[in-house]
Amino acid sequence: MIAFILRRLAVAVPTLLLLIVFSFILMHMAPGGPFTAERALPPQVIANLEAQYGLNDPLWLQIWHYLYNIVVHFDFGPSFVYPDRSVNQLIAAGFPVTLTYGILSFVSAIVLGVSLGVVAAIWHNSWVDYIAVGISIGAQVLPNFVMAPLLVLVLTLWYRLLPGGGWSFSDPSFWIMPVIALATSYMASIARITRSSMLEVLGSNHIRTARAKGMPEYRVIIRHALKPAMLPVISYLGPVFVSMITGSVVIDMYFSTGGIGKAFVDSALNRDYAVMMGVTILVGALTILFNLIVDVLYAWIDPKIRY
Amino acid sequence: MTKLFTTTALLAALALPAYAVQPADGETLADSQTYTYWLLDAIKTLDPAKNTDVEGSDALRSLFEGLMNEDAKGEMVPGVAESYEVSDDQLVYTFKLRDAKWSNGEPVTAGDFAYAWQRVVKPETASEYAWYMELMNVKNATEIVAGDMPAEELGVKAIDDKTLEVTLTKPTPYFVSTLSHASTFPVPRAVVEEFGDNWTQPDHLVGNGAFTLASHNLGVELVMNKNPEYWDADNVLMETVRAVTVNDNNVALTRYQAGELDRVQIPAGQYPRLSEQSPEEAVSVPYGCSYAYVMNLSDKGPEALKDVRVRQAMALGLNREVIVDQVLQGGQKPAYSWTHWAINGFTPPEGGMADMSMEDRIAKAKELLAEAGYGPENPVKVSLQYNTDDSHRLLAIAAQQFWRPLGIEVELNNVEWKVHTDRLQSQDFDVARYAWCADYNEPSTFLDWFRTDGYNSGKWSNAEYDELLAEAATAEDPAPLYQQAEEILAEEMPAIFVYHYAKVEMINPDIKGLPRENLLNTWYAKDLYRVAD
Repeated sequence: MIAFILRRLAVAVPTLLLLIVFSFILMHMAPGGPFTAERALPPQVIANLEAQYGLNDPLWLQIWHYLYNIVVHFDFGPSFVYPDRSVNQLIAAGFPVTLTYGILSFVSAIVLGVSLGVVAAIWHNSWVDYIAVGISIGAQVLPNFVMAPLLVLVLTLWYRLLPGGGWSFSDPSFWIMPVIALATSYMASIARITRSSMLEVLGSNHIRTARAKGMPEYRVIIRHALKPAMLPVISYLGPVFVSMITGSVVIDMYFSTGGIGKAFVDSALNRDYAVMMGVTILVGALTILFNLIVDVLYAWIDPKIRY
Repeated sequence: MTKLFTTTALLAALALPAYAVQPADGETLADSQTYTYWLLDAIKTLDPAKNTDVEGSDALRSLFEGLMNEDAKGEMVPGVAESYEVSDDQLVYTFKLRDAKWSNGEPVTAGDFAYAWQRVVKPETASEYAWYMELMNVKNATEIVAGDMPAEELGVKAIDDKTLEVTLTKPTPYFVSTLSHASTFPVPRAVVEEFGDNWTQPDHLVGNGAFTLASHNLGVELVMNKNPEYWDADNVLMETVRAVTVNDNNVALTRYQAGELDRVQIPAGQYPRLSEQSPEEAVSVPYGCSYAYVMNLSDKGPEALKDVRVRQAMALGLNREVIVDQVLQGGQKPAYSWTHWAINGFTPPEGGMADMSMEDRIAKAKELLAEAGYGPENPVKVSLQYNTDDSHRLLAIAAQQFWRPLGIEVELNNVEWKVHTDRLQSQDFDVARYAWCADYNEPSTFLDWFRTDGYNSGKWSNAEYDELLAEAATAEDPAPLYQQAEEILAEEMPAIFVYHYAKVEMINPDIKGLPRENLLNTWYAKDLYRVAD
């Protein structure tokens, strides 16, 4: 196991390196640049800007400087579009926000989704099942860009219960709507996956044996059914977790959270090269890390899996 | 003699005090003096030298103060400058500064202005607005930006702590109106040098405006509190100003309706409904920008557009009234000139297509196209490029429909913003949507665009036009020259002018002091106050 983890980590380094180099090249191939503006800047001003940010060096040298600064100083460079801030500062300000509402959404999506799925499977084809399936289909077809403005309309304008947007770490009323909007459709998918996998497990031999032994139903479900039923859910959760904690443009846009989801998209549209690279690396590293964690969890849940 | 008279008149105007706006009789002030306004996006920087955005300028006008301010009508009134004198040759301006203080209690000196202006043009600052000092015609600005001269050579000098002398390269009639722009604001040298790029953080920022920076949560909100050190603080009523970012205009409107915001833009197409529901809140006022379809007349442009008859026909065939009344619906006006109709000192030329009926225009367009050898059987084929935006798309579709029956087939080409501007600037388009906003309230801010060495993305060039504008720069009365220049544009049609902007907003009626007659929408938080319901 340890050898497996170490091997995977060793592969992660060249993977990230390739990611950086490819993104860097692709980014510079896109038409326009950070200083392309409606009012064309005089060539001399452009030249001054490019000199300031090192954009007049050959591409390979730029990549080299970039990598050097990351490895040696852990410095992801200055933002081209927010000249008062560095990429490190931008990520340090935005990532905790995204991480907070991402983790909360992730936990609520799992708790609600799994409960809904389990309940539906246990009382298969009963009214409980129909309601649970109804809820999860309803939640699935309601995309978050529809849900977000709807939540603001109902909870802010009509009932004046919650602030319509913004962010504060000390006031949880700002967290509620982003979490609902982000968690809903994931919850629905988790419920559906849990339900069908649970149904499959409940029909298997080891469950029949457990029941035949006279084991109480709740113990059958918790001890013997739930764990194997979670396998497909976990493989779904790995990538979902990364995409949740690295932000959602829709959530950041509608609720003005200041999270990095929107910062990422903006950086691409603004050609804010350094911010774009910084967030790409963050997302890339997290994706690699959580895929590894999922693989480890797999082995723990399913004894048949050996690395 | 005349020049002497002008100088004296200017000084007289400045002798009036320029205190903050005060409540009218019968108005009761609300207990809580806060004003919350909407921003579509994060404020990118609070460094006056690096700011390029309207949103940034709005905040900077509260945090800093330049030599001049604008009043509710957009007229220049004294800011840090108490008065000024102009030399007879119109090249040297001498400003007398008042006793103003930075928010840390230090005095604001002429040296702070000189330092700030030099900083804007210094290549190491890499200011995207370095060109503004060139627009102002400050001596040696161009050479310093090019790196050919040290920044200290800029035509701005602190004679003593209270006297600032500015030298220009040529007489510039609009010079004083450039002085309310954020790029010209003073900055505190000691703070800038101590903290570098981080000097604009809430813990460090020191300003000389009516407000100080309390917090700045990027992309969420910016909060400013009244600055007790401000020279006119006694007359400032507003205590707290908040700029709240909401990236979606419709959600912002909902939050306005929920009472979270005092001012928000009305999303396209919703003005008629809202002005009926809340006539006291829905406001549409002229706003100094013009929208146009620019034709590529460079070597890379399509052959058909080089024929002036084709350009004329396209301009005639575009039904601007329908665009304004049916599509935009926010009090915008059809444009038949490049200069916004409400710009000071501008009278649009008469007798153009504005006076023709739509039927006559279409008949004329068909005639011109036939003469040029085009028509429904042999259509003109061009592409119309626009950047991603709902209203640009709707307008482009409308234009396509108006032109098709005439024999002009337009292929719509939607690209993202950076690609759009990149292609505009490299003449890689046929026809492209463009908008220009006034830098100052005078026709040359628009007309300069079409000069041979202006921004002029379509590369149209006309010697007579260039001469008219050169002449206007020093003329006693440039108005007729500007009108002639517009006549040349109407004749040559290097671009089709579509509409003149309006600022369409919901404004809380409790908030007083926002200017409604300032074409550039330059507002100052120091002039605002909130009345009780």
